[in-house]
Amino acid sequence: MATGADIIIEAFRREEVEYVFGLPGGAVMPIFDSILDSKIELILTRHEQGATHMADGYARATGKTGVVMVTSGPGATNTVTGLLTAHMDSAPIVVVSGQQITPMLGKDAFQEADIFGITIPVVKHSYLVKDVNDIPRVMKEAFFIASSGRPGPVLVDVPKDIASAECNTTFPEDLEEHLPGYNFPQMCDMESIYACADLIHASKRPLLYVGQGARISGAAEVVRELAEKLQAPVTTTLLGKGAFPETNDLSVGMLGMHGTAYANKTVVDCDLIMAIGARWDDRITGKLSEFCTDAKKIHLDIDPAEHGKIIQPDVSLVGDAKLILEELIQHVNELDTGAWLKRIAGWKKKFPLKYPKRGGLRAQHVLDALSDLTGGEAIVTTDVGQHQMWCAQFYKTGLDYQWITSGGAGTMGFGMPAAIGAQFGRPDHQVWAVVGDGGFQMTMPELATAATFKLPIKVLIINNAYLGMVRQWQEMFFDNRYSGVDLEGNPDFVKLAESFGCKGLRIRRSGDVRRILQQAIDYNDGPCIVDACVEKEGNVFPMIPAGAAVSGMIIEKPKIQLPKPEGST
Amino acid sequence: MSTDGKHTISMRVHDRPGVLSRIAQVFARRGFNIDSLVVSAGHQPGFSRMTISCEGDPAQLEQIVKQLEKLVDTVHATEHTSESTVEREMALVKVTATPENRSEILQIAECFRGKAVDITEESMVVEVTGNSEKIDAFERLLETFGIIERVRSGKVVIARGTGIT
Repeated sequence: MATGADIIIEAFRREEVEYVFGLPGGAVMPIFDSILDSKIELILTRHEQGATHMADGYARATGKTGVVMVTSGPGATNTVTGLLTAHMDSAPIVVVSGQQITPMLGKDAFQEADIFGITIPVVKHSYLVKDVNDIPRVMKEAFFIASSGRPGPVLVDVPKDIASAECNTTFPEDLEEHLPGYNFPQMCDMESIYACADLIHASKRPLLYVGQGARISGAAEVVRELAEKLQAPVTTTLLGKGAFPETNDLSVGMLGMHGTAYANKTVVDCDLIMAIGARWDDRITGKLSEFCTDAKKIHLDIDPAEHGKIIQPDVSLVGDAKLILEELIQHVNELDTGAWLKRIAGWKKKFPLKYPKRGGLRAQHVLDALSDLTGGEAIVTTDVGQHQMWCAQFYKTGLDYQWITSGGAGTMGFGMPAAIGAQFGRPDHQVWAVVGDGGFQMTMPELATAATFKLPIKVLIINNAYLGMVRQWQEMFFDNRYSGVDLEGNPDFVKLAESFGCKGLRIRRSGDVRRILQQAIDYNDGPCIVDACVEKEGNVFPMIPAGAAVSGMIIEKPKIQLPKPEGST
Repeated sequence: MSTDGKHTISMRVHDRPGVLSRIAQVFARRGFNIDSLVVSAGHQPGFSRMTISCEGDPAQLEQIVKQLEKLVDTVHATEHTSESTVEREMALVKVTATPENRSEILQIAECFRGKAVDITEESMVVEVTGNSEKIDAFERLLETFGIIERVRSGKVVIARGTGIT
């Protein structure tokens, strides 16, 4: 007779799970025992946060659901950052946590944590299983909910006695009767499509603003067709990178706080902005009351709650991006955007992304070279901060699964474990984790995980020995008063790599950039760390100060002290 | 939509552990105060009915209803205006009552179609049902006698006609 634990593993098999990322402990031992009898590969991580980011990276690189297995108490609470990260960026992961036995729940038993309660705000849905016979249904629901509609993380908390008990039920054929409250729109109504086409036809200066939702729905191809048919420029969000080739003439790159100057100028001057799977994040709109005030707004998103959350669109298209765009494209005609595109081309020429060519080693130079040497085709994961923004600016993407970053949550320590997950998911693909020296140290022990499996991930540390983005803000807005940003005491990252059995390389001079990056590309016997010791006080520009209007973009460092940002963080 | 910041939302939800926590968090995070919350078994087994009276920025209300709808356990969430619904609330009011003023209190109760459900030498408990404003008025009248304590059920609403609540 199968136990609850056996059924959980059987559910993984049915969902075609290849890898489970996790770390065991007392309460989850029955499930870790059952997995031994399956063909699913267990990836032992060094920390549960690492496991969640790996599952997330795996999910974003493959479109499949990432799976995590952890124990109760601190094992489970260590997943909270990973759950938040996945939740904010709509990544499908399922976390199975062990739990104290049911008679002990609520009695402060050893390693008991109310993880169900703790995680409510950071999951798409969650379960605390109290009857073993619910497991088949719960597991099927968990995978379905995580991966459908707007994807997200699902937590399944399983007390040890439940996992050990015998299960007498089978997997339900159909979930409809079990999930009467769960539905997600697919195709919107035709009236909205016609209204959208009318707005497009009335526009002289359109802009397509493409986000993560376009990638998730597999709409990249139809986005390109639509842009080319309309001859409309396209900007992508940080998470939308890859949903439209940045080498295409219609691309203006990333918009927002550290977007390209020409993308933001396009935003300011457009007369129509169409969001496709994007959510008008505060990093994009800046001061909301001054955002695109004269432009018509179209919002396409599968999540009804996103419509009207930040801005009231003139037309709402509620549903799946791919389905809706495939319909819409049949109802639109080419626009006369020649003059508009010419203006944008002028901005591109006048305000290109640039960096000082003289002086010490520049992060931008390293990332520019990385983009070039990898043909813009590597999978790139990042943490959050300066390196992330420089990488977003200079690494030119074109594949809809290659760019994996912590956007909404802005999680330090995401990049390297996410690269591990992505490499498991796409073993033949070159994978680069571009991280800061600060964030890298938050999940650094996962190098051991990567080394164990001889994964050829490459970790590029943009090392300025500072928490750089905070330092930049302190320089610009807090009168150069540096508080808590100096990372003195950093380890020697090359020696560190070697101690993990990884390759360690270092870039100190601009002249060495291409040679050493190429060395890393050519090394495939395991993880390779490249410690790029960049200018300590480099800044990310362009920049829209938090809370300022998009038109308040700064293209280079101002001579005067700026007022402290208001209205946003 | 009410413009004074007071709203009534009714929900049909799957009767699953944690559903109340999830709903409460949607309100708390967005600065809405829940005035009353009535939960009862739905007429279909496995489902519950909730009526939530709350107070907060009307501009946020649409977002709150959408976030409630988004919960996997929510079958539906609807915001109601008083025109389209019948609303009722019940109160039990315990007042200081002596043999001398008992009949006066009973007279007032009668005007409100209330009735005494407990009487002692010094007190009386009166039950009254109606919309919330009626109960407020009833309470104000009883205050002159001295209210010892009172309990209100919180508002329940149902759509008029064949409409679905």
